[in-house]
Amino acid sequence: MEKKITAPLTEEQSRALRCGDNVLISGVIYTGRDAAHKRLCELLEAGKELPVDLKDAIIYYVGPAPAQPGQVIGSAGPTTSYRMDAYAPALLDIGLKGMIGKGKRSPEVVESMKKNGGVYFGAIGGCGALLAKCIKKAEVVAYEDLGAEAIRRLEVEDLPATVIIDSEGNNLYEQGRSEYLALAAEK
Amino acid sequence: MREINATQITEIVRDLCIEANCHLPSDVKEAITTCRSCEPFPIAQTILDKIEENFNIADADNVPICQDTGLACVFLEIGQDVHITGNLKDAVNEGVRRGYVEGYLRKSCVKDPIDRVNTGDNTPAVLYTDIVPGDQITITVAPKGFGSENMSQIKMLKPSDGLQGVKDFILKVVEEAGPNPCPPIVVGVGLGGTFDKAAYLAKKALMRSVDERNTNPFYAQLEEEMLEKVNALGIGPQGFGGRTTALAVNIETLPTHIAGLPCAVNINCHVTRHKTVVL
Repeated sequence: MEKKITAPLTEEQSRALRCGDNVLISGVIYTGRDAAHKRLCELLEAGKELPVDLKDAIIYYVGPAPAQPGQVIGSAGPTTSYRMDAYAPALLDIGLKGMIGKGKRSPEVVESMKKNGGVYFGAIGGCGALLAKCIKKAEVVAYEDLGAEAIRRLEVEDLPATVIIDSEGNNLYEQGRSEYLALAAEK
Repeated sequence: MREINATQITEIVRDLCIEANCHLPSDVKEAITTCRSCEPFPIAQTILDKIEENFNIADADNVPICQDTGLACVFLEIGQDVHITGNLKDAVNEGVRRGYVEGYLRKSCVKDPIDRVNTGDNTPAVLYTDIVPGDQITITVAPKGFGSENMSQIKMLKPSDGLQGVKDFILKVVEEAGPNPCPPIVVGVGLGGTFDKAAYLAKKALMRSVDERNTNPFYAQLEEEMLEKVNALGIGPQGFGGRTTALAVNIETLPTHIAGLPCAVNINCHVTRHKTVVL
């Protein structure tokens, strides 16, 4: 059974999510990957204002393919999250609540999620054609020069994702794997 | 001597870039379907269903299977009786440029590894050429995504490490990659040659169909054994647990030095793309 959630996400809502929950995300989310994160953190370090308000926001780690004529956006699946680990704690500290990506996170990111009530969602890597269908509107709001890596404001409807790490630090990669191995050992 | 105009190669490379990115090879599709039918873990079954749904959408709508449409790896096997008129490298790069621009594919190439400005058209290609007998050119385009490329490793094993060292290293690479490279993965292994040649072999191994085993019975058996071992790790589709961690382990080998046992492991995601045309 999927839980429907809407972005932006309050701390109360994000803390209520548990590792393994399947969610359908609707509302407004932002895209950002390596180059955009680097710029955002440079602004933070310089004490300058960010081009987007990240309070209670969800960032989707994605660099979409270009839209074909008639499309809102091209294929848009998640990129590997660990490359954003160096930047994520600083963004969680200023109110970021959710990250959508795939793959492992560093202990520093998990600690910051626990402290700030953040949640890490996994979307299915390599399913960009499917996931793009959940994106109803897309516009570049910062760093247009970065092309696919620009920050986009996305309006999404029922984007399927799974909570990989919750705000208590529970981790689906560990839990799912041990559950499977226990099942395999029984047989 | 057969004359081939380089512009013919441009057209083919353009079309192959688009085709390869939008249509998953049938061997990979069949492997995913087979693994789905053998997968006992519910969450893994759900993920494999979504993966099938995704490549069906890409087929029907002619859109990229994955937004990471890769660095364009181009393999040319050029018959020694062919003469090419025009500049071959420029022709290949023009094909990549047109494929990625006209095909609405993502441009994922930065000109310099440190200052990282995008080249804007996904050129240059990663180009490999080989001279073979005959008067044909075999052109393969294999867009390589970097989620999985980043999880690849090479190790200069010692001869005394032997077969066990090779097995341990393959499992270590897959274990460390875990959920990052979008499992189910295809594991390409290059054994022997030099440092560079082993990595090249591992990449070449990924070009082989996932249902085709090494022609050497010893390595064919090793491929099957390693697939079993990889799938016993329990990483599963997307790393959420399950049997289906890999679709295949493909091993390629070359003679090597008396002092060495180079072993390269190149990981590919479930979107293992390659498309070939013989000209």
